[in-house]
Amino acid sequence: MSAAPRTLHGSRVSLAHGSGGKAMKDLIDDVFVRAFGAPDNAPLEDQARLDIAALAAQGDRIAFTTDSYVVDPLIFPGGDIGTLAVYGTVNDLAVGGAVPRYLSCAVIIEEGIEIDLLRRIAGSMATAARRAGVEIVTGDTKVVPRNACDQLFVTTTGIGAIRRGRDLGVTRARPGDVVVVNGWLGDHGAAILGARGDLRLDSPIESDCAPLHELIEVLLAAAPGTRCLRDATRGGVATVVNEIAAASGVAIELDEERTPVRPEVRGFCEILGLDPLYLANEGKLVAIVPAAEAVAAVAAMAAHPLGTHTVALGVVMDPWDPRDPRDPRDPRDPRRGRAGRVTMKTRLGGHRLVDMLVGEQMPRIC
Amino acid sequence: MKYIDEFRDRDRATSLIIEIARVLGRIPLTRDRPLKIMEVCGGHTHSIFRYGIEGLLPPSLELVHGPGCPVCVLPIGRVDDGLSIAAHPEVIFTTFGDAMRVPGSHRSLLQAKAEGLDIRMVYSPMDALALARRHPDREVVFFGLGFETTMPSTALTILAAAADRVCNFSVFCNHITIVPTLQALLDSPALELDGFLGPGHVSAVIGTSPFRFVAERYHRPFVVAGFEPLDVLQAIWMVLLQIEQGRADVENQYARVVATAGSRQALDAIAQVYELREHFEWRGLGSIDRSGIRIRRAFAAFDAETKFVVPNARVADPPACQCGDVLKGVLRPQECKMFATACTPETPLGALMVSSEGACAASYHYAGARLTEGSGHLRVVR
Repeated sequence: MSAAPRTLHGSRVSLAHGSGGKAMKDLIDDVFVRAFGAPDNAPLEDQARLDIAALAAQGDRIAFTTDSYVVDPLIFPGGDIGTLAVYGTVNDLAVGGAVPRYLSCAVIIEEGIEIDLLRRIAGSMATAARRAGVEIVTGDTKVVPRNACDQLFVTTTGIGAIRRGRDLGVTRARPGDVVVVNGWLGDHGAAILGARGDLRLDSPIESDCAPLHELIEVLLAAAPGTRCLRDATRGGVATVVNEIAAASGVAIELDEERTPVRPEVRGFCEILGLDPLYLANEGKLVAIVPAAEAVAAVAAMAAHPLGTHTVALGVVMDPWDPRDPRDPRDPRDPRRGRAGRVTMKTRLGGHRLVDMLVGEQMPRIC
Repeated sequence: MKYIDEFRDRDRATSLIIEIARVLGRIPLTRDRPLKIMEVCGGHTHSIFRYGIEGLLPPSLELVHGPGCPVCVLPIGRVDDGLSIAAHPEVIFTTFGDAMRVPGSHRSLLQAKAEGLDIRMVYSPMDALALARRHPDREVVFFGLGFETTMPSTALTILAAAADRVCNFSVFCNHITIVPTLQALLDSPALELDGFLGPGHVSAVIGTSPFRFVAERYHRPFVVAGFEPLDVLQAIWMVLLQIEQGRADVENQYARVVATAGSRQALDAIAQVYELREHFEWRGLGSIDRSGIRIRRAFAAFDAETKFVVPNARVADPPACQCGDVLKGVLRPQECKMFATACTPETPLGALMVSSEGACAASYHYAGARLTEGSGHLRVVR
C-alpha cells in the first residue's frame, strides 16, 4: 500500500460506488484495503499470486473451497456476517485436514447500506482472518440497486494445504467408531433466531462462531486414526451425522443424555418446539474417531478452549447386525436394514429416528 | 432445567413402565388384539415419538395416534381458500409455521410464497395484528388454526383489533373443536379403542367436563394428560387402572395446568367472538357436524370470509389416502398402502404426513428406531 487510503465522503453506499470508477476505488481502499491490507506480493493486480513452494511445504494436496454467506441480521450476538464468512470457509478447509492459508472475499452490496457498517464488517473479517492465521489476498466488490439483494452478501473462497498422509473422508466411518462433538449445540442457530427480534424473546445467547483449525490439529495429534470431520453448520449435528451414516453405509446411534445443550438454548428450543440437534452451529465439528482413540480424542479436545464441553455423543454401528431381533417388522418398510440410519437413545431409554429435515425447522403451532 | 427435567426422569419413568406392565398383566385380554389407547392430541403423539415411549411399553398395549393435530386435519379446500385470499395483491397472509407445508390441491403456502405471494410466518396472532398496524395500506390476514388451545389467542387478538379499530386486520377462521370429532370417532362402527389420553392444553381452556360423555355414554376411560413423558406414562397407567377396575371416568392427570372448569377468561373470549358452524370438513374424516367455528357477525369486520369472496372449495382427499382409517385407529401408519412410498414428508399426500405432530410423519421420522444397545464403547469415554 503506497499512500494512506482516502476517506470516503457520504455515509451510505450508492450505485456510483459500483461503477468501476473513482468512487468504487475509494470504497475499496477505504473499507477493504484499509481493513485487510494489500498483499505484499502483488499489491495492485487483479489476482493474488501465491507461492507454490510455501504451500507445498505444508502438505501434498491443495484444499480449495467456496461458500456464500447470507445472514439476517448482519450483526448478531457473538459475531457478524464477516466473522462467519472467514470462519466458515476456514472451517470448511480445516475439516478436510488442511492448514488454511488464503481467502478471497467477494461482496455484493445493496445500495444504501451504511459505510460504517461495511467498515465494521470488514474490520471483523480482518480480525477473524488474523485469529485463523489466513490472509485475505483478493476480492471483488459489486453494488446492486435497492432490493436486488438483502444488504450484503459475502462470498469467500479458501485455499489450504493438506498435510501428507492425512485422509479424512465421509465414507470412512466404521462400526465401533465413536461420534465426538466439541461442545454446546445450537448456539449459532438460537443466537440468530433470537437476534431477529420477531420472537420478542430476550435471549442472551451468543453465536459460537470460531475457527476450528487449531482444535482439529489437537484432535488429529491425539487421534491420528480419525476417520472424518465435518463442521455442523446448517441443519446441525443431526444433518451431518445423517450424511456420514449414508455415505459410509453404517448406522449411527446418538445418546440424548450426552447431547450438550446450553440451558439457555434448551429453554429457547423448549419454548419454540425446536430441536437443538438441527440448529446451526458455526464453531462445532463432528468427528468420527476409532474406538481405540476415542478417549484420547475427547481428552485432548476438552483441554482446548474451543472444546471444553467435548463429548462422545454416539457410536457407529453395523447396519446389518444379524443379532438384532428388532429390525422394523414390516418388510415393506424402506428403512429396513439400517445403513444410513441415525437413531437416538432417548433419556428414558427408548429410541427414536433422527432423520434429515425436510425443509426449515418450523415452530410448532401449540 | 427446572420444571422440565423432573418430568423426564428416567428412574421414575422406569417405575411407571413396570407399574403399567403390572396392571396390564392383571387385565384379562379377552380379544385377540392388543389393548388400544388413543392419544387425542398431536402434542402427545410428538412426545411419544420424541422419547421413544412406544418401544418401552409392553407389546400387548398399543397407542393409537388421534386426530388432534390441527394442521393435519385441515382440508385441501380450506388451504385453497386461504391461497385465494393470499392472492389479493393488497394482502399479507400470515400463518403459524407448520401450516406452511400443508398441501392444497395445487400448491402449499410455502410454494405460493416462492411464487411471489406475500405469505409470512408469525408466532402468534398478535404478531399479525402488529404487522397490520405497521402496514395500514395493506390488509393483514391471519390464518386462524387450531383447537381450543389457540382459539382464545385469536379471539383476544380480534377483540384487541376491534378495540383499537385496526380495520386492515382480519382472520381466516379455521378453528375447530375436538368434542364433536371425538364423538364422531366413538360412533364409528370400526372403532377399536379401549381408552383415551385427553388433550391437556385444550382442557386447560375448556376444562374436563365436556369430555364426560366419553365415559358416561361410551364407557371409555378418559384421562386428561400433560405432555412430558412422565405425564404420558402416568396417564396411560391411570387409563389402565380404570380398565382393570371396570370403571370409565374422566380423570385429570394434568392438574398442575388443567382446572376442572377450564379458564374463565379464555372461555369468555371464545364465547364473545365465535359461534359454531353447521358443519366443517376434516381432512381424512369428512364433514363433521358442529365441529367448526366461525366469527360472529358482530365481528364481521375482522372476518376474512366476509371481507373477501372465498370460493369455499370442497376438494376430496386423494382416493388412495387412508388417513381416516389411521385416525380411527383401524390402521397403523405403517399399514397404509401409501406410507413411505407415495406419501412422505417431502411429498405428503395425506394430512397425517404433513405436520411433525401428524401420526404418519411422526412414525416416519421417529419410529422404526429400535436398535441394539451398541453403547458399550460410550462407557469408556467421558
